[in-house]
Amino acid sequence: MLVELLRGLKTTFKMMLDKPVTIQYPEQKREVRPRYRGKHELKRYDNGLEKCIGCALCAAACPADAIFVEAGENTDEVRFSPGDRYASTYEINLLRCIYCGYCEDACPTGAIELEHEYDINFSSRLDAIADKDKMLVSLANDLSTPQETKPGTFTRSIPDMENPADY
Amino acid sequence: MTKDITLTIDGKEVSVPAGTLIPDAAKKIGIDIPVFCYHPKMEPVGMCRQCLVEIGRPAFDRTTGEAVLEEDGSPKINWGWKLETSCTNPVSEGMVVNTKSEKAVKGQNEMLEFQLLSHPLDCPVCDKGGECLLQDLTLAHGGTESRFNFDEKRHAEKKVALSDLIWLDRERCIQCGRCVRFQSEIVGEAVLGFEARGSHTQIMTTSEPGFDSAFSGNTTDICPVGALTTAQFRFGARPWEMEATASVCTECPVGCNTVLNTRRDVKTGGKVVVKRVMPRQNESVNETWICDKGRFTDFSADSRLTAPSIGWTDAIASAAQNLSAADEPIFVVDGSLPNEDLFNIKSLADEVGAKAYCYSEVGGGELTTKSGTYGKSGAGDAILVIGSDLYVDAPIFWLRAKQAVDRGATLIVATEEETRLDNFASTVVRDFAQGLEAAKEAFSKAENTVILYKGDDALAQSCADLNPTSLVGVWNDANTQGAWEMGYEAISDLDVLKGKTVYVAGKSALVASALEVAKFVVAQTAEDVQIAVSITEASGSKCVTLPSRNISESLGTFTSAERRVQLFHPAVPAEGDTLPGFVITAQVAEKMGVTLDIEAEDIFANFFDLSYADLSKTNPEEKLLIGGNCYENTQGVGVQL
Repeated sequence: MLVELLRGLKTTFKMMLDKPVTIQYPEQKREVRPRYRGKHELKRYDNGLEKCIGCALCAAACPADAIFVEAGENTDEVRFSPGDRYASTYEINLLRCIYCGYCEDACPTGAIELEHEYDINFSSRLDAIADKDKMLVSLANDLSTPQETKPGTFTRSIPDMENPADY
Repeated sequence: MTKDITLTIDGKEVSVPAGTLIPDAAKKIGIDIPVFCYHPKMEPVGMCRQCLVEIGRPAFDRTTGEAVLEEDGSPKINWGWKLETSCTNPVSEGMVVNTKSEKAVKGQNEMLEFQLLSHPLDCPVCDKGGECLLQDLTLAHGGTESRFNFDEKRHAEKKVALSDLIWLDRERCIQCGRCVRFQSEIVGEAVLGFEARGSHTQIMTTSEPGFDSAFSGNTTDICPVGALTTAQFRFGARPWEMEATASVCTECPVGCNTVLNTRRDVKTGGKVVVKRVMPRQNESVNETWICDKGRFTDFSADSRLTAPSIGWTDAIASAAQNLSAADEPIFVVDGSLPNEDLFNIKSLADEVGAKAYCYSEVGGGELTTKSGTYGKSGAGDAILVIGSDLYVDAPIFWLRAKQAVDRGATLIVATEEETRLDNFASTVVRDFAQGLEAAKEAFSKAENTVILYKGDDALAQSCADLNPTSLVGVWNDANTQGAWEMGYEAISDLDVLKGKTVYVAGKSALVASALEVAKFVVAQTAEDVQIAVSITEASGSKCVTLPSRNISESLGTFTSAERRVQLFHPAVPAEGDTLPGFVITAQVAEKMGVTLDIEAEDIFANFFDLSYADLSKTNPEEKLLIGGNCYENTQGVGVQL
């Protein structure tokens, strides 16, 4: 009987010396995989302009109908994105979202990306609606929108995509 | 009666009238030949070359005229060396058409590659994206890659304002010429044209001010790409996001069938709003067109009263009390109300023994109720347009008069001012008496005779004396004809209201005029009443306002000037606590001890020997005549009385 007891305790002591597989969440956070699909971010170009052109293709692709987009028109005085059109309203209902990433796939400019933030919590249903303010990234160079741009700089209806591999 | 011709398309036999073009014959048996420039309502030009097919014609012996037979006894077919454009080829007996053979499909696919040669592919931001013919055909015929150099695409200014209403994107244009031909062939105002040649070809407007036409919006519907778009709908919504509800235009008495496209909108605080008005096919009324007045109707009414200032219960009670207390209450309406509202008000007036008037500046209502059809006039018919500039008053009537002339009808125009119809008329006079004289002579030789008039009772009477087949009044409002059918008395000035208690229903302008003279006004209106209220305060007269729903919010019917009854459906949720007009009347009536129906359909059944189901019948064959984004009529073409 003692032998059986010691045999069992052997496993116990062995596991005590092993590196634990659990972590002390939320004090500690685990690094996620590069392709992890967490909370959405709306990207900017290096010059601070928004990549989103308000085409609503993400909303069309969304299987959960979680995205609402309304478009506005850029002018040289008040410019949000390089082309004619920008998203004046961009909202994702994070309670509806199933984090499938179809919006990323649908996006013609690579404006929306599901990033690595996963501790998404809200205290009310209204808080669950992420708008542009909550999703637009801030750049290190602090450039933001709207911007006043020189006439003739942005004459195309959609931004020129020099290197399609970027998107 | 033209002879029917039998031909074979993709192995299927089809019989169509002589003169039919191959794409239309193919469509009849469900075969879609890709087209860009071809439109069923316009002459073919073969500009886009997209509709390439293989056409074989039976061989004939030149000496005997006999058909040459193959060894197996079947007729020998001569196949051309090259593919032919199907849209420019009328059908002929024994013709064999292959639209899906390897050669034809290769031709079509390669033509599509040419169309995309310089197209900017900015579909994500294009207002046409989602309802674009080029997108559809690219999906069906386009390759995955272009063999042409992407960098050498033609660039042009992205946004050229042809007029205040229509914008042109020259990069997107594929030079099909539909818009140019629409203006010159259908409208007869050649204000668009092509400029320069080759890859520099572009659309331009030749008029001053630019794109000077009341039908300009239709070019955005028939444009197969996003080259022509409306300024009003710029980035308004993606087409697939909008709901479509059948409605009837209220801008004039023609009664064009429309579709209201609606969507939730942040700018108006999350309300569902009408984003754009689109034509709905009705070959007897507006074909597939609507005028700019109807297309760009503004449905937003920010300063509208959304509930009675004293609450519904008190407002209804006050209205009923004042009407009951009055010696001789008077009921006044205008033609902006639907038939259901009109009927309930008339019923209430009849029950309490009061007069029911319909305010109209145009007289002769009792005459037009006898014969009001306008129809499709053509050779052998005569039309008299008297007192009205149809181009402004009823643009689609104008278009139909112009097309009747194209078909060979005689047109007489008698107006005080010059009008745009003068160019198409055989007789133009600036005097009504002369006009009537000229019409008398023309009518004696004509088969069907139509008079479109706008004027007082005397003019209407002298028009009726000519005994035309159809007498049509060009009213100021959409449903004035409906009021005449209901038996309202005409009234052209509001002096009779002096010192009286009046139930006024209709536009805010009518309410405002009634307030100036009446002792007490019960005002039922769906419009902005701020002006009316400020007048009340100024004049010291008393008023209770009962805010009703407008056309985009309610279910009902209109009777057009041609006496066609048509149904419209609610497209957006009602604003605030507004009620349908007929319910308001019924509630007031209840307090006065009169019971009236409160369901639109029940009310309708009371005064017409018809039901909503009768109005909802459609004619599915007609959809073959649609080319462009005009909606197919699936909700009913209405009933001609």
